[in-house]
Amino acid sequence: MEIKALGCEPLSLRRVFIKDGHTLDVYKKDGGYKSLEKALGMTQDAIIQEVKDSALRGRGGAGFPTGMKWSFVPRDSPKTKYVVCNADESEPGSFKDRYLLEFDPHAVIEGMIIAGHALGSTTGYIYFRGEYRYLIDIMDAALAEAREAGYLGKNILGSGFDHDIHTHTGAGAYICGEETALLTSLEGYRGHPRMKPPFPAIEGLYASPTIVNNVETLTSIPQIIEMGGIAWRDLGTEKSGGTKLWSISGHVKKPGVYELPMGYADMERFIIEDCGGMLRTDKKLKAVIPGGSSVYIMNAGQILGQNVTLDYEGLVAAGSMLGTGGMMVMDETVDIMESTKNLTEFYKHESCGWCTPCREGTDWLVKIFDRVAAGGGKPEDAQLLLDICDNIEGKSFCALGDAAAWPIQSAIKQFPGDFKKWLIDNTSANGVSPNV
Amino acid sequence: MAGTTATSYTDQVLVTDEVAEFSPAAIDEMKAHVAKYPVDRTRSALIPLLFVVQRERGGWLDNPGINFLAKFLNLEVTDVWETATFYSMFNLRPVGRHHIQICKTLSCKIMGEPEITEHICSKLGIHPGGSTDDGKYTVTMVECLGSCGTAPMMQIGFDYHEDLTVEKVDKILADCK
Ligand SMILES: Cc1cc2nc3c(=O)[nH]c(=O)nc-3n(C[C@H](O)[C@H](O)[C@H](O)COP(=O)(O)O)c2cc1C
Ligand code: SF4
Ligand code: FES
Repeated sequence: MEIKALGCEPLSLRRVFIKDGHTLDVYKKDGGYKSLEKALGMTQDAIIQEVKDSALRGRGGAGFPTGMKWSFVPRDSPKTKYVVCNADESEPGSFKDRYLLEFDPHAVIEGMIIAGHALGSTTGYIYFRGEYRYLIDIMDAALAEAREAGYLGKNILGSGFDHDIHTHTGAGAYICGEETALLTSLEGYRGHPRMKPPFPAIEGLYASPTIVNNVETLTSIPQIIEMGGIAWRDLGTEKSGGTKLWSISGHVKKPGVYELPMGYADMERFIIEDCGGMLRTDKKLKAVIPGGSSVYIMNAGQILGQNVTLDYEGLVAAGSMLGTGGMMVMDETVDIMESTKNLTEFYKHESCGWCTPCREGTDWLVKIFDRVAAGGGKPEDAQLLLDICDNIEGKSFCALGDAAAWPIQSAIKQFPGDFKKWLIDNTSANGVSPNV
Repeated sequence: MAGTTATSYTDQVLVTDEVAEFSPAAIDEMKAHVAKYPVDRTRSALIPLLFVVQRERGGWLDNPGINFLAKFLNLEVTDVWETATFYSMFNLRPVGRHHIQICKTLSCKIMGEPEITEHICSKLGIHPGGSTDDGKYTVTMVECLGSCGTAPMMQIGFDYHEDLTVEKVDKILADCK
């Protein structure tokens, strides 16, 4: 697996290339905690303004502007305020946070303390997916070092500001990456999402003002404070600031985590050249899911020769979304009915069961896919799948429902042939599936 | 072929009021988790503590372990079950000493997961969801574990095994004592 920066100096990835970059000593020698010192000398408003200027958008999938999110926190509220780092990373295709947490835990901590200072928060939690146990151990060691060195605890670096951070574990539930479900889970309950509004910035953990940010979002904060918001933004494009980590998997020669400036041109070059091209050279590119399983699937024609830039706007223009930047590449051996069935099984398994459209809908979708895969597909099944998707999309309690519908809707649209061959009139074909 | 692991817990909820006992070291570990949260919010420690109980009770959540947690956190027994039954990493039935969790999600699937699963299951003589009769292995199919770039992959207990090949799997299984 490759870990590499292209078209920019490694910034988020820079500590990956330094031996023992996860330790406090090495982190400090590399300029670590300098941004915290700088931030402690800045006003809260000035920090939030830098983050706004940076055009940083949340890296957890939704892409919400981070500075704006922070500005929603009522800093004058008498309640305790919380900073929560979302390290639940469970989106199929996404594995970038894992490497930040492994190689650069102090950058997460530094970003959280700066956020804490900007929002007047005394306590932070890092919510890890339960399977990332080894990363919790690495983080606990880093937190102990930071506490020992006076970066956490009371009166940080003599500033009068108190802040401490704790690790917390989930236990296997994709939905707990959704920020309100995460908070419910952090309170010790089943991971069901909550009604928004009120948004977590107003009423989050323990009904107190809370910001939830992705790991990569938070590790960008020290960079922004160090360079200044505008300079950081200018690494990318005006609307999509900075650099972005891409996880790339599937049928490419060099899968891995790549750091690219926002606006990198272009998607074809990235897959075909930078990532070494197709794993099996005699197989053609068929499909790419560019932003984690929850975004629209693209066919090769939407990518090759299309100059798709890798940023929020570029991928929307090309008919998909940036999401978490978890790119799954498929060659012509993959049947898109089957790949879509696989992801639908994921959403059914991960549906938290709270609302009917998603709980029942994903169950029906899987039942239909099972029948189709068993050779019982009928011509009207494509419409049946779309009708169920229509009853889920926009009608579910949280965004997981949409995420279940989009892969199917886009797959049927972009790969009609792959569905058609399964959805034959079986009365004449004796129920034999085309792949048997 | 051994039976499959049921996900239902109803058959053991009624079993007993017995309360498990834990070593002083385990109790200290639990207290350290509780100390992370505000004093009136100790329920927050429930998931971390369920992991400790699961480990200490031999890899699964039995009734006495759950009863202990209810007392320890001053919750109803049903509160603890309510949370425990939501999360896929909590085992509601005994599992083998080596819990093999194979990722079946898309990137792993297209990079060779079916061959790996077939190899492991035929070697151990069980189906996914099953355990070997000697209680050594359980195989569970799971969803994406954040190793898509190093697919196919599996986790045994908490250990990641990535870029799997049949040969690599044989070696890993041989090292399971
Ligand atoms: C079903 C679902 C799963 C999600 N999983 C994650 C996740 O694993 N990690 C993450 O950072 N955000 C995840 N999100 C997005 C969060 O709800 C939230 O937008 C994000 O943590 C905010 O941080 P950001 O603004 O820094 O991206 C998920 C959202 C949904 C709807
Ligand atoms: S959309 Fe799905 S995951 Fe979200 S609340 Fe409804 S059932 Fe739960
Ligand atoms: S798809 Fe298997 S680890 Fe992500």
